[in-house]
Amino acid sequence: MTALGALITRDIRIALRVGGGALIGVLFFLTVVVLMPFAVGPDLALLTRLGPAILWLGALLASLLTLDRLFTADHEDGSLDLIVMSRTPLELACAAKALAHWLAAGLPLVIATPVLGLLLNLDALSTSAVALTLLAGTPALTFTGMIGAALAVTMHRGGLLLAVLVLPLSIPVLIFGVAASQAAITGPSSFGAPFSILCALSLVSFVIGPFAAAASLRHGLD
Amino acid sequence: MTLIDLANPTRFLALTARILPWLAAITAILLAIGLYQSAVAPDDYQQGATVKIMFIHVPNAWLSMFVWGVMSLAALGTLVWRHPLADVAAKAAAPIGAAFTFLALVTGSLWGRPMWGTYWEWDARLTSVLILFLMYLGLIALWRAVEDPSRAARAAAILTLVGAINLPIIKFSVDWWNTLHQPASVMRMGGPALDRAFLIPLLVMAVAFSLLFLTLHLAAMRNEILRRRVRALQLIQVAQASQRRA
Amino acid sequence: MRLSGRDLRCVRGGREVFSGLDFTASSGEALVVTGPNGSGKTSLLRLIAGLLVIEGGSIGLEGGDSELTLPEQAHYLGHRDALKPALSVEENLSFWRDFLGGEAFDARASLVTVGLDHAAQLPAAFLSAGQRRRLSIARLIALRRPIWLLDEPTNALDTAGQSMFAALMSDHLARGGLIVAATHAPLGLQGSELRIGGSS
Repeated sequence: MTALGALITRDIRIALRVGGGALIGVLFFLTVVVLMPFAVGPDLALLTRLGPAILWLGALLASLLTLDRLFTADHEDGSLDLIVMSRTPLELACAAKALAHWLAAGLPLVIATPVLGLLLNLDALSTSAVALTLLAGTPALTFTGMIGAALAVTMHRGGLLLAVLVLPLSIPVLIFGVAASQAAITGPSSFGAPFSILCALSLVSFVIGPFAAAASLRHGLD
Repeated sequence: MTLIDLANPTRFLALTARILPWLAAITAILLAIGLYQSAVAPDDYQQGATVKIMFIHVPNAWLSMFVWGVMSLAALGTLVWRHPLADVAAKAAAPIGAAFTFLALVTGSLWGRPMWGTYWEWDARLTSVLILFLMYLGLIALWRAVEDPSRAARAAAILTLVGAINLPIIKFSVDWWNTLHQPASVMRMGGPALDRAFLIPLLVMAVAFSLLFLTLHLAAMRNEILRRRVRALQLIQVAQASQRRA
Repeated sequence: MRLSGRDLRCVRGGREVFSGLDFTASSGEALVVTGPNGSGKTSLLRLIAGLLVIEGGSIGLEGGDSELTLPEQAHYLGHRDALKPALSVEENLSFWRDFLGGEAFDARASLVTVGLDHAAQLPAAFLSAGQRRRLSIARLIALRRPIWLLDEPTNALDTAGQSMFAALMSDHLARGGLIVAATHAPLGLQGSELRIGGSS
């Protein structure tokens, strides 16, 4: 098996075997969506209007919380030392880990969206729109979040710091994700423009994320 | 056992000890001139006297971004050349930048109150500044979260550079978001092209605040260098004590 | 192949661990690093492995593969075992064999050599400390790299395990490999000793 393929397979295997696997992220996503009506009231019209926003916020928080362990586990058991000494560039290894994380944690959120859309009284079109934007945007969340994960790798309660560092950087993804969803649902403004920008943000994060994360990990090894 | 390399920081301390009083004096004079000019500038026909908050708000907003730029340069110094003064410069600049950003937010809010009727409206420009403020706070949190000073400097440097790349993206996104949710605002903060009568006091204040940053930054860098020396001395003390015991 | 360090200086957490350190290790011989706790044995190994920044001096390798960096030609066996409890013994070993890069050998056979063959399908979480150490050692033979950097390698190993590892090390040296090992316990190897820190 190729080196990167081995790394992705290993990370997915571990993600699926440990701590409830992919389901725990989906469960958190569900919980956040369920919390919303308690906060804003069960007015269906309001919930539908807020639907895309609620789903996006839930997905954002769910992916943020699972990013905490992206590098910490490898750092703690000494695997990171060996990964740095491998013949694969660290940037590619980081990208592979992020990809594995998205497959194991981000993609399930996208798949769960239709079900959650029901709770918010979103119709099929709206739910598909939101799911599509999440499909294009959750990679950006993962690849941006990996920077915070790498910076906070040696801190035991790094989860909060990670969130504080990563959330401002995730705002553009949130804006365009919700904008694209709303455009598809309510019609007048184009879906294409914000959606393309969303895809562009993901692509940019595929480059910046691994480089920044690799640099942080190298500097944090002492 | 050695202390940190003293060559450059020592020269830096000596140099700044000489120029800092002059710098502070010039800053004070310029600020005084700027404030006077702001006070006597004519009232805006729409906004009245409150437009004068602009003379503090706008320079602070410029500085909040300028300081991030300074930190980005320092970040390059840390990562590429591993220059010890770069670490110090970056660490000293962050709280000052945060303070300027906070001032920009407060003055922006006060300026907006008469126009909006509320202390906060999610206006595109101020919202971008608010996000910048959050990023400053996150950066300061990162500085404080990492024990080892050189590791903290490197981590902060990476975050600073990532933040610098993201700032235009964030600004663009917030502008987009704002136009989506609000019709074209009637009263934009920047206003139409500034009257000459406003331009000169604004520039004077901008220069004055920049000098204020420079003064504060150099003073903060001196403090940070001295703080690191104290830490190095303490480490030597500990090492000597354990050697004596061994 | 010759691995040498000149005038090495190491700083960790603002504290200078050692300075002006020289060492040489050649193919077929082992450099054993001894010294009191905190003297920098682990730091030296991590310097060579590229895991710590070199604050002063230099490390050079003559005769290795010129296309690869020093860490890419070295195995590092540190205090921690780099094992994932959720994966089976064989999955753990196969992963490193596939990922690290180098001359790869049969994973199963390596497990046999270190005496973990019977546990191949068990989750690594079920292994004892000594067995985990053996699994880490299996990594050194499932994937061949010329330089071995070992930090207290016989930690947690029983007598049988120690002889097994001593045999593997001699094998490695006989094939022209090079070992730098930090240890408190004698390893039974031919070679030179480098003592760091402490009073003579």
